[in-house]
Amino acid sequence: MTNLQNLLKADKITIARAITQVENGTDPKLLEEIFPHTGNAYYIGITGPPGAGKSSLVNAIVPKLLENNKKVGIIAVDPTSPFSGGALLGDRIRMNDLALNENVFIRSMATRGSLGGLASKTKDVALVLDAAGMDYIVIETVGVGQVELDIAQVCDTTVVVLVPESGDAIQAMKAGILEVADILVVNKGDRSGADRLILEMKFAFELRAHNTDWHNPILKTTAIENIGIDELVSTIKSHKEHLEKSGKLEIERKNKLTLRVNELIEERIKSHLHEYVIDQKQLKKMIDKAYERKITPQYIIDEIAKKIF
Amino acid sequence: MEKKIRILIGKPGLDGHDRGAKVIAAALRDAGFEVIYTGLHQLSESIVEAAIQEDVDIIGLSILSGAHMTIFPKILDLLKQKNAEHIIVIGGGIIPEEDIKKLLKMGVKRIFTPGAPTNEIVYYIKSIIH
Ligand code: B12
Ligand SMILES: Nc1nc2c(ncn2[C@@H]2O[C@H](COP(=O)(O)OP(=O)(O)O)[C@@H](O)[C@H]2O)c(=O)[nH]1
Ligand SMILES: [Mg+2]
Repeated sequence: MTNLQNLLKADKITIARAITQVENGTDPKLLEEIFPHTGNAYYIGITGPPGAGKSSLVNAIVPKLLENNKKVGIIAVDPTSPFSGGALLGDRIRMNDLALNENVFIRSMATRGSLGGLASKTKDVALVLDAAGMDYIVIETVGVGQVELDIAQVCDTTVVVLVPESGDAIQAMKAGILEVADILVVNKGDRSGADRLILEMKFAFELRAHNTDWHNPILKTTAIENIGIDELVSTIKSHKEHLEKSGKLEIERKNKLTLRVNELIEERIKSHLHEYVIDQKQLKKMIDKAYERKITPQYIIDEIAKKIF
Repeated sequence: MEKKIRILIGKPGLDGHDRGAKVIAAALRDAGFEVIYTGLHQLSESIVEAAIQEDVDIIGLSILSGAHMTIFPKILDLLKQKNAEHIIVIGGGIIPEEDIKKLLKMGVKRIFTPGAPTNEIVYYIKSIIH
């Protein structure tokens, strides 16, 4: 079992081991133990297509988040190869400036088969960093299409990063982006096409029905030259302030907690069903009959449902 | 679920030969491992710190610059200082036979030299972890 006291003291070996336990599901008690100590960190999500410069942006914004002796935990999620089950986790290559900072903890995670851009365990790993006293938790995920919705369910502020080259991909993503982007960043501002993309996105945002008092800002950055970074960080901070002052932070966090609890209930019910309620042998017999068209799938469902309701 | 093997592939020092490191990283990914690659020109301190935070089972260093006799001992020493001696250190690159003997004595678990087939490396790593 992980030593809670060492975790709360932010001992790095203890944090790292606790994360592994959570990822592998080998210590179910751990999350119970740490939960009372969570809820203090502010969660920032950075999502966007591969190569947009998400890791480079994290490398650039984190030093600013660290000001005033704050601590930052970073979770960098990359996809697991569906063929081998392995993963090449290379986000650290771009985060070299942070590698030796006492107040930074970086963890790379593979999605391990979860379909969303977010590993199914990312939320729990974030709780470990939260309990370890991080003031900010930055989560980098690859976002393509609709899956960036996933990250917005975890983060207080979601930053979507696009680049001039994203062109066609953006068309497909637009609906999803507008849905989740609290802040939109057009990175690689040094490349041609950045200003045109900004204009395009401004139009797209304008077309959207405005029922919020947060007007989603669109910012231009050049991560590798540290351009536009101050503004990005101050915009993140003003979004935080906006959520806090309007009372939305509490409302949204309760919504997220509700979602999470519902998810876990469904998981629990599902595994209970498969383990205890549905007699697999009997099911197999019925499937054989259904295959021969002697009974219908609906009949099977009714038979099983009878036992539950 | 079978425990995932996590390994950090590091290129310490001013060595720009990264082909081998990339070949190994890709081969290990294809073998089902989770591979953390930290890129070129890493300080030994950064490699050890990253290995701790990533909770890897193994650090694999690729050294073709001739600096192996200073870097390997430094990594082993830092792991000791940080109470992380549970992390196994292996490596590869241009390393003469007599140096390999000395490094193994110091605590490096295994060293592979040019031409080592990647499937042999994969097999070896699986055999020491499971
Ligand atoms: C290609 C090459 C280059 C390329 C590198 C391109 C790149 N991005 O990698 C270029 C042209 C840039 C280059 C430059 C130089 N090179 Co050069 N280069 C080579 C060469 C011909 C092949 C290296 C290679 O890529 N092999 C293919 C890979 C797949 O093999 P590998 O790295 O050995 O990896 C295998 C194993 O060693 C092992 N392995 C390696 N790492 C790891 C890690 C782990 C964890 C594990 C398990 C296994 C493992 O598994 C791999 C698969 O079998 C070698 C000679 C040789 N035959 O090795 C010289 C060589 C390495 N270079 C050498 C030198 C001197 C230089 C320069 C200093 C030349 C100069 N004076 O400018 C520069 C320095 C550059 C720098 N900044 O560091 C010398 C090094 C001498 C030494 N160490 O004492 C060599 C040995 C040539 C020689 N005989 O003199 N080089
Ligand atoms: N020209 C330019 N290149 C950038 C910029 N930001 C990042 N890059 C480069 O884009 C590549 C991908 O960056 P990375 O941060 O790894 O992207 P990620 O996949 O979204 O995390 C790297 O080669 C970076 O150096 C930028 O603002 N301008
Ligand atoms: Mg990245």
